[in-house]
Amino acid sequence: MTAKAANLDEAEVARFGALASKWWDVNGEFRSLHLLGRSRLSFIRDQLVAHFGKPVSEVSGESSPARPLAGLRILDIGCGGGLICEPLCRMGARVTGIDPAKENIEAARAHAEIDDLDISYQALTVEALCKRREEFDAVICLEVIEHVPDPKIFLLECSKLVRPGGMLIVSTLNRTMKSYALAIVAAEYILDWVPRGTHDWQRFITDDEMTGMLRESGLVEPKFRGLVYDPVGDTWQLSHDVSVNYLVAGTKPPLSDKS
Amino acid sequence: MNAIPDRHDVIISGGSLTGLALARALSDALGPKAKIAIIEKSSQSLSLSATNPRAFAISKAAQQMLKVLGVWPRIENEAQPVTNIEITDSSLDDGIRPVVLRYDNTLDDGAPASYIIPDQTIGEALRALIAETPNVEIIAPALIETYQLETGYAHVQLQDGRKLRTKLLVAAEGRASSLRDMAGIKLVTCDYQQTGIVTQLSHELPHNSTAVQHFLPGGPFAILPMTGNRSCITWSEERALAQNLMKSDDRTFLENIEKRVGGRLGKIQLQGPRQSWPLTMHLARSYISDRLALVGDTAHGVHPIAGQGLNLALRDVAALAEVTAETWRLGMDIGANDGTAGGLSKYQQWRRFDSLTSTAAYDGLNRLFSNDMTLLRSVRSMGLGIVDRLPQLKHMFIKEAAGLSGDIPRLLKGEAI
Repeated sequence: MTAKAANLDEAEVARFGALASKWWDVNGEFRSLHLLGRSRLSFIRDQLVAHFGKPVSEVSGESSPARPLAGLRILDIGCGGGLICEPLCRMGARVTGIDPAKENIEAARAHAEIDDLDISYQALTVEALCKRREEFDAVICLEVIEHVPDPKIFLLECSKLVRPGGMLIVSTLNRTMKSYALAIVAAEYILDWVPRGTHDWQRFITDDEMTGMLRESGLVEPKFRGLVYDPVGDTWQLSHDVSVNYLVAGTKPPLSDKS
Repeated sequence: MNAIPDRHDVIISGGSLTGLALARALSDALGPKAKIAIIEKSSQSLSLSATNPRAFAISKAAQQMLKVLGVWPRIENEAQPVTNIEITDSSLDDGIRPVVLRYDNTLDDGAPASYIIPDQTIGEALRALIAETPNVEIIAPALIETYQLETGYAHVQLQDGRKLRTKLLVAAEGRASSLRDMAGIKLVTCDYQQTGIVTQLSHELPHNSTAVQHFLPGGPFAILPMTGNRSCITWSEERALAQNLMKSDDRTFLENIEKRVGGRLGKIQLQGPRQSWPLTMHLARSYISDRLALVGDTAHGVHPIAGQGLNLALRDVAALAEVTAETWRLGMDIGANDGTAGGLSKYQQWRRFDSLTSTAAYDGLNRLFSNDMTLLRSVRSMGLGIVDRLPQLKHMFIKEAAGLSGDIPRLLKGEAI
């Protein structure tokens, strides 16, 4: 990294960049992200459809379940290898994915080519994108905020990229005793689900802190959903229990509401 | 440079009823953007086959599914409701066949719990429907020679050298499946040393919408009512005897049938040809592999004693179409076998246990009845007698046979995916 970015942990960027080739290996280092995929994508899809309404198919005049996000401009911050960008694109959205690690962007581009997916991937920081004054219908930022030195500023920057009336979706880990036991001790040391040192518990954010930070960033009506591991099915389910992993969707009020 | 092979979302190998029904269900569930192909070895079997005497029992659940798929209106006229079932188990030479169990095969609302429909009728309806389905392409005559996994796709090579690639490959090839072999999936098999014989009859007296199952020592002999004064005979017999029957002239063959049918249908006549095949039970050790799913007879075969073959295959179709649509609507890879709780893994979990229990149940039923020991006979008479006397148990029995019990896929509940 040559350009020094303010709110970036370079060691973290380098660590994920080194794993760039592994993003799509379902049995590799990012297996846990693949296991989370279904639940995360259902949350994102259902929140966006509830907020923006179902797009209507030009052909049949009925809503199209195959492309529920048609017409939406979506930004994925910290897109990694494109695990979320690709499904969003197939669901009809116009997707931009940014990641500070160049290796990730290269891996993501190469993978999108396999299916000819038209996704705009750029090796950029949030700060750099903010300077371009771009706005999106929805901004998504999954499992990133706990790797950033100043989450408060980071969230504020993210929210600048959301157009008035748009939505921001964030996921992270809660700072509870349960998350310490599960996300650090169990996942990194006992079960080897994620590489050791992936997470620093001190950087996890409680749901109350998240609500406050979202409000300070101008985002209202946060909708939380937890992710709970079901050991029998080896799967993650959406739940009301937000004590370990959670997703939250906040909305930016439309301009007319402010006056 | 080679051209990039054609890209498909789903390639189904086999234009069987199962393969055709799956193509239709997927086309409905995934929408017009999905690219689906059926690869069929003979172009003839996809047009009109020679007269085929087989008929299938269609459960209430399967009927609901065929309605959603748009098949039912095309076969309704040929669908014979079964409103009564009679079971006997006397030996062949007994003059009178006392009925061990007779039950009213209707559901709470009076609707029949099952129908009998000729194989050919269902096949023609499905083929006509597929011809009207724009995003399903039929590639025939063609055969898959090999397939290989590469990032994001299964690359398929046809015997004529054509190359295709697909996200998901489905084997609907019947019992002998080259795709299943290529994937290295083994079969658990059991040979019953019995042969199944099928033929159709016309008869003088009405069948009164009653299906009859005679449990004879050589194997079960079923008289399945068809529309008009016609019936389909589905007959399991000891292999050596069956071979002789197949070779015999029409007169001898008919005499043997008369002996088993008894006088209940009046004067009977053969209608069309007879067909036979060895009876085996088989179950694939896995229903899935990377980018591959097995459906219908490729995954499992049950003893035809219960006429459940097509019903079970349609359950596979409904389940696979549903899990594939769920994955598709999340924009995810429909061929990924990633061990997560959706997609192919969910299909495997959902269907394999059900097929296993069904296979075991029909196997047990056949063994119980294909035996002339007096002790076994009194036990089975007692067992069925108990079912007869307990209305609730019987109700459960009928509901199970109608395919309406358990965690069933949406299509079988009559709901679109």
